[in-house]
Amino acid sequence: MLKINNLTVAHGAIRAIDDISFSVEKGQLAAVIGSNGAGKTTLMRTLSGLKSAENGTATWLDHNLLHGKPEHHVRQGVSHVSEGKSVIAQLTVEENLDLGALWRRNRDEAWATKEEVFTLFPRLGERRKQLADTLSGGERQMLAIGRAYMSRPALLLLDEPSLGLAPLVIEQIFQSIRHIVDSMGVTVVLVEQNAMGALKIADSGVVLNLGTIAASGKASDLIADPAVRTAYLGF
Amino acid sequence: MKQFLDMVLIGISAASIYSLMAISMVLVWRSTRVVNFAQAGMALLSAYIGYELVARVGNFWIALPLAMILGAAFSAFIEFVLMRTLQKHSAQGAIAAIAPIIATLGLLGLIRAGIGFIWGHADVQIEAPLSKVGFTFGDTTIVMSPMGLFVLLFVIELMIIVSIVFQDTNIGLALRASAYAPEIAQLAGIRVSGIRTLGWAIAGAAGAAAGILQTVNGTGALSPESLEFSLLLVFGFIAAVVGGLESLPGAVLGALILGLVLAAVQIYISGALVFIVAFLLLLLVLILRPQGFLGSKAGRRA
Repeated sequence: MLKINNLTVAHGAIRAIDDISFSVEKGQLAAVIGSNGAGKTTLMRTLSGLKSAENGTATWLDHNLLHGKPEHHVRQGVSHVSEGKSVIAQLTVEENLDLGALWRRNRDEAWATKEEVFTLFPRLGERRKQLADTLSGGERQMLAIGRAYMSRPALLLLDEPSLGLAPLVIEQIFQSIRHIVDSMGVTVVLVEQNAMGALKIADSGVVLNLGTIAASGKASDLIADPAVRTAYLGF
Repeated sequence: MKQFLDMVLIGISAASIYSLMAISMVLVWRSTRVVNFAQAGMALLSAYIGYELVARVGNFWIALPLAMILGAAFSAFIEFVLMRTLQKHSAQGAIAAIAPIIATLGLLGLIRAGIGFIWGHADVQIEAPLSKVGFTFGDTTIVMSPMGLFVLLFVIELMIIVSIVFQDTNIGLALRASAYAPEIAQLAGIRVSGIRTLGWAIAGAAGAAAGILQTVNGTGALSPESLEFSLLLVFGFIAAVVGGLESLPGAVLGALILGLVLAAVQIYISGALVFIVAFLLLLLVLILRPQGFLGSKAGRRA
């Protein structure tokens, strides 16, 4: 499982993540919610190796997430879809996908994974020769998730996949994420400002506030919690 | 008609060498965001290595690819040792953007001084392996010689190889991805720092070819203070900027435009105006179309 203990991450003098601990069981979907500046993105960037931590530990199974670069973590089964539709606009849909599996030795397996992605997101299959630049926002997000999936992750870190998308598209993306967890056995950490939507599909949730954990527990309990409701779910 | 044909042939010949230098600058720019002024020195050093190899091996056709390989190795070494160290030690503040560029200027001086130390300051000569007398048809002699034709064909072949590598191979995909979006490439599992070094290596090989081919196709003379190599850098840079600085096809197009414009000036107006026009063209492009002609998003393929 994903275990985070006393993790502290600084942006210069500011502690963006301040001594937090939580864990995510294998095969579960955990939502990390909170307002802007709560430290959600910083947390994800630290777990994927883009940013270094000041203190604490973070492990996925036996693998130390606080040591090594992202390309190293990818090979250990940890993939990160960064904020803002992380696709490369100048490459085609298929090239974006291939990118996620370039490091994999077994080309047949990589090819099979690509077929899985096209099954999960048929629109990507239809547009495989198009430049990613020509895709809609929702399709780009599908491509970003598909690219991460090409690395065959056991742990998938998703940063705000709903950002800037229409409600109907968000619904579709969230269903796909749930599907990745249920049918493909991937553990997912989903960072979202869309707190309600994320908690609805999640198994557990963590509420971040200014770098600290304001609440955590089962997603259904968090939805029912009056304090969480007023502060983060808006009713 | 004869004049026009001469202009086209001179323009294309010059363009082939500029384009090698231009893609070399583009590759370095794309992989590390550095305008590498030392490229002139690296090309010069490769030409000296070519000279040394021709003297030792006695065969230009073996010396050329060998010098390109050594040029690639030297360029990769510079990225690995100098650029990575600079990145670590001057990563903050205003100096971070300037330090690598100034460092390449320092390196340029260092290479030239080193060449003077090793080979001396007197000219050395690389024999052209083919005739430099223009082909004759009936009683007209055109400006294209067997040597010039070889240079042209060799460059076209290199361009085809480069474009196949970039468009159709996994390494090429990694090179493009790392250039466009290093962070996303990293998250996808690409070892971006290694790919960066590889970009410099390919640039080094292209620069080496440019240096040697320019020398044998020109006077054959090399000196540490060679003006030709400074101009090669400037022309390569102009071609790269005209092409948008990011795009390999753009660099080739930029080289063609530059080569033909300069040839037209030389033939129809005056050879004395060539440099003035070249630098005016650079300024004009920077003012009117700083993104170059293929520098827009759509042109950033390959």
